[in-house]
Amino acid sequence: MKIGAPKEIFEGEARVALTPDSAVQLQKLGHECYVEAGAGHAAGFEDSAYEAAGVTVVKGAATLFDTVDFIVKVRPPVDAEMARLKPGKTLISFFYPGQNKALLEAAKATGANVVAMDMVPRISRAQKMDALSSMANISGYRAVIEAGNNFGRFFTGQVTAAGKVPPAKVLIVGAGVAGLAAIGASTALGAITYAFDVRPEVAEQIESMGAEFVYLDFEETQQDGAATGGYAAPSSPEFREAQLKKFRELAPEMDIVITTALIPGRDAPILWTKDMVAAMKRGSVIVDLAAERGGNCELTKKDEKVVTENGVTVIGYTDFPSRMAQQSSQLYATNIRHMMTDLTPGKDGVVVHNMEDDVIRGATVAYQGEITFPPPPPKVAAIAAQKPKEKPKALTPEEIRAAEKAAFRKQTRDQLIMLGAGGAFLLGIGLVAPASFMAHFIVFALSCFVGFQVIWNVSHSLHTPLMAVTNAISSIIILGALMQVGSTNYLVVLLSAVSVFLAGINIFGGFMVTRRMLAMFQKS
Amino acid sequence: MDFGFTTAAYVVAAVLFILSLGGLSGQESAKRAVWYGIVGMALAVAATLVGPGQGYWLLSIILLGWGGFYGVKVAKKVQMTEMPQLVAAMHSLVGLAAVLVGYNAYIESVTVPEMNEAAKALLRGFGAVVAHKTPTELTILHVELFLGVFIGAVTFTGSIIAFGKLAGKVDSKAKKLPGGHILNAVAALGSVAMLVLFMLGYGTWPLIVMTLLALFIGYHLIMGIGGADMPVVVSMLNSYSGWAAAAIGFSLGNDLLIVTGALVGSSGAILSYIMCKAMNRSFVSVILGGFGNTSGPAQAVEGEMVAIDAQSVADALNEAESIIIIPGYGMAVAQAQMAVSELTTLLRSRGKSVRFAIHPVAGRLPGHMNVLLAEAKVPYDIVLEMDEINEDFPETDVAIVIGSNDIVNPAAQDDPNSPIAGMPVLEVWKAKQVFVSKRGQGTGYSGIENPLFYKENTRMFYGDAKKSIEELLHLIRR
Repeated sequence: MKIGAPKEIFEGEARVALTPDSAVQLQKLGHECYVEAGAGHAAGFEDSAYEAAGVTVVKGAATLFDTVDFIVKVRPPVDAEMARLKPGKTLISFFYPGQNKALLEAAKATGANVVAMDMVPRISRAQKMDALSSMANISGYRAVIEAGNNFGRFFTGQVTAAGKVPPAKVLIVGAGVAGLAAIGASTALGAITYAFDVRPEVAEQIESMGAEFVYLDFEETQQDGAATGGYAAPSSPEFREAQLKKFRELAPEMDIVITTALIPGRDAPILWTKDMVAAMKRGSVIVDLAAERGGNCELTKKDEKVVTENGVTVIGYTDFPSRMAQQSSQLYATNIRHMMTDLTPGKDGVVVHNMEDDVIRGATVAYQGEITFPPPPPKVAAIAAQKPKEKPKALTPEEIRAAEKAAFRKQTRDQLIMLGAGGAFLLGIGLVAPASFMAHFIVFALSCFVGFQVIWNVSHSLHTPLMAVTNAISSIIILGALMQVGSTNYLVVLLSAVSVFLAGINIFGGFMVTRRMLAMFQKS
Repeated sequence: MDFGFTTAAYVVAAVLFILSLGGLSGQESAKRAVWYGIVGMALAVAATLVGPGQGYWLLSIILLGWGGFYGVKVAKKVQMTEMPQLVAAMHSLVGLAAVLVGYNAYIESVTVPEMNEAAKALLRGFGAVVAHKTPTELTILHVELFLGVFIGAVTFTGSIIAFGKLAGKVDSKAKKLPGGHILNAVAALGSVAMLVLFMLGYGTWPLIVMTLLALFIGYHLIMGIGGADMPVVVSMLNSYSGWAAAAIGFSLGNDLLIVTGALVGSSGAILSYIMCKAMNRSFVSVILGGFGNTSGPAQAVEGEMVAIDAQSVADALNEAESIIIIPGYGMAVAQAQMAVSELTTLLRSRGKSVRFAIHPVAGRLPGHMNVLLAEAKVPYDIVLEMDEINEDFPETDVAIVIGSNDIVNPAAQDDPNSPIAGMPVLEVWKAKQVFVSKRGQGTGYSGIENPLFYKENTRMFYGDAKKSIEELLHLIRR
């Protein structure tokens, strides 16, 4: 099949859906690659680089659309591009079918197949083509860089001869892919990073990236991210109130706020209100990654950078990936390449558009003149449902003390009972047994007691030497044999002689082997 | 002749034995402790030879030396992986010695009272003690020696079977004669009946019959216990050998025997208790063999085992910062401890944190893994117990499981129907990556399916442990 990438028409879009690297990989699948002249220029890929990778450079979009079977793009197609689609051709690009009903109808009318990169289901197998994640990753990173660009201080704290520099405090709202990437970049630069998310299960991920999770003091049934494919769901008004209260508390302290909160299929929730912005210090920066959908901050203007009266910069750019066009083109082209790999199961250049496959079915929004959106739910759940966790109830100091007291009392009582029973038992034996036996029996009982006290302290790693040494000293039985060997009865002499021999093996062998073992234990 | 000196020596010896056991609380003090034991034993033997054991000195010393010669020979050439067998074999010697000494005591107790006064005056050692006994004391003496012979005989055959199983000379699977535990119970009841007959004065044959029954119990009891439970069995036999010595001590009226026997007996009892607790099983269920009752079908295991090659493991180790190695009996079988030690040294020299996690029942003897690692010169301060290290798995990059199975089985926590449900296990699956070095796909000793092998972050590194680790060494050195 022939695969081609046209130049992006959208104003300011610098990315390209095919790079020389991805073209090499696509050719290995048996495809031929085409690119419109100048398509990769803005992302740093010159036509000569494409040619070197075996890609045919075509002049003009019209020629390209005519030549190829697969059109790979970044942005959703504009009308002019839509007009060039024909039955039998397939378009792969971001499409946002949920928000673009008209576009979807137009695509159906052309009869071409449309694979929407934003509709790839969120299952493990499809992660390699999850373009939303790879782009969000770049947005998160770039948001921190953009914030630093507009922030007049260091991220990291320093003590220098010229005075002490406090570290910057960064708050990241929403710990999705973009949020986590922002946490990573921010902590790497040395800032003190806080992060918040409505899904408590991501606390662990946040902490693993080195940020501090902002806990809300709020009692509510936990949102389970698994029910919504790993995305956040709208929260209750009470929860929202508690959340805003917490943010109001944090606002005066924060130097940089990066908001990434989005709920699929809705406008972005307002989380950073005017009064919070007003409470922030002069020179602080807010980066709103949700600007495309209205913004999380009340003062965000889409695609603009505004400075408020109190000197807070609010950045509402929507083109962060495009600002790092080379990197994002590479990642996006790789996502596309993986999609093509799945579409070319035989690696022979023959495309099999398998509508039974979860991933392909999910991403295909128009197929042979039919709208195939929304897709049926995938057969594999995105994330295993969380098992409900029982939280151990925190005990009050009084309760702890009471428990300790009870345990102590129980221990005392147990010991008294043991002592009482043991004493009564001894007394009972003493009543019937002769004195000579009792003398030995007392010795026996005391030795058992000493033994129990001593052995509990033996460290676990020395249990084998312990066994060897107890084995050696249990051959104390030799004393019995030695006492008997002087008998006048020859049978007795013979048997005790054998015993002495056996015990002799044991004594020497046991101690010897213990010494060998212990000598091996070394400290590093 | 009054043996004041001997008694004094016995007191010193007893104190030395206690210090010797107490000294095992730390690796450094243990090296001193073993000398206490040696000196104590030498003192006890010397004092007995000088005191109550006079007569046939030469014979005693020659036999002692001869036995000692063999003992040293064996101790010098035994390999650390064979330690469980050796300990079991030595227990059998003590058991046999106890039986013999018990029989002697019986013979003396029967012959001596019938002698005339003149002959009694000539008696030495134990005979002299018997000569002074009243009839009641003689009765008690009989009960004591009966007990001593019984325990000694059980220890003798039990240890031989345990030795056979550990050395691989006897099939290590749990095996019972038809009738199972009822046979044991009958034999035990028979022994009690023999005791009654013995006391009623039926002569020697009840003692002999009881000895045969006890030998059978020892054999059959241990045959019925599977290889995986051997740590408990060995420490239990250790305990028995102590109790046998104590019982003989009673019949001989020797306090040092009683003290030492009690020390050894309680030591073995505590070890058995610790082992049972580590497997979350009651002592009775271990002794009666087989696993506890399961209340329903075990959870089905989902997923598949994914194999991995040495290169990928080496890459992961190169990238990892913190590594925990979990050795098991498989490492001992493959003699891989040296290779593991070398790997540890290599990784540590690259600034990585490498530690060992030892489960209380890893191996076939309590503390078996510690001894093997010590032999391979792994420093003991990076060898940690389960409780010390279990919390660290979530922060660990790579966990390497070498030849262990049940002790890392998550079913113990997740599946209430698993035969090992509730047994404390090492939570290796919480590490970021887990590599399992294993010979093949089969289940382990206990035959329980291990869901760890099917987890997403687990990779199976098939092959002989020693060869696998050596291959890793080669790849990482490059």
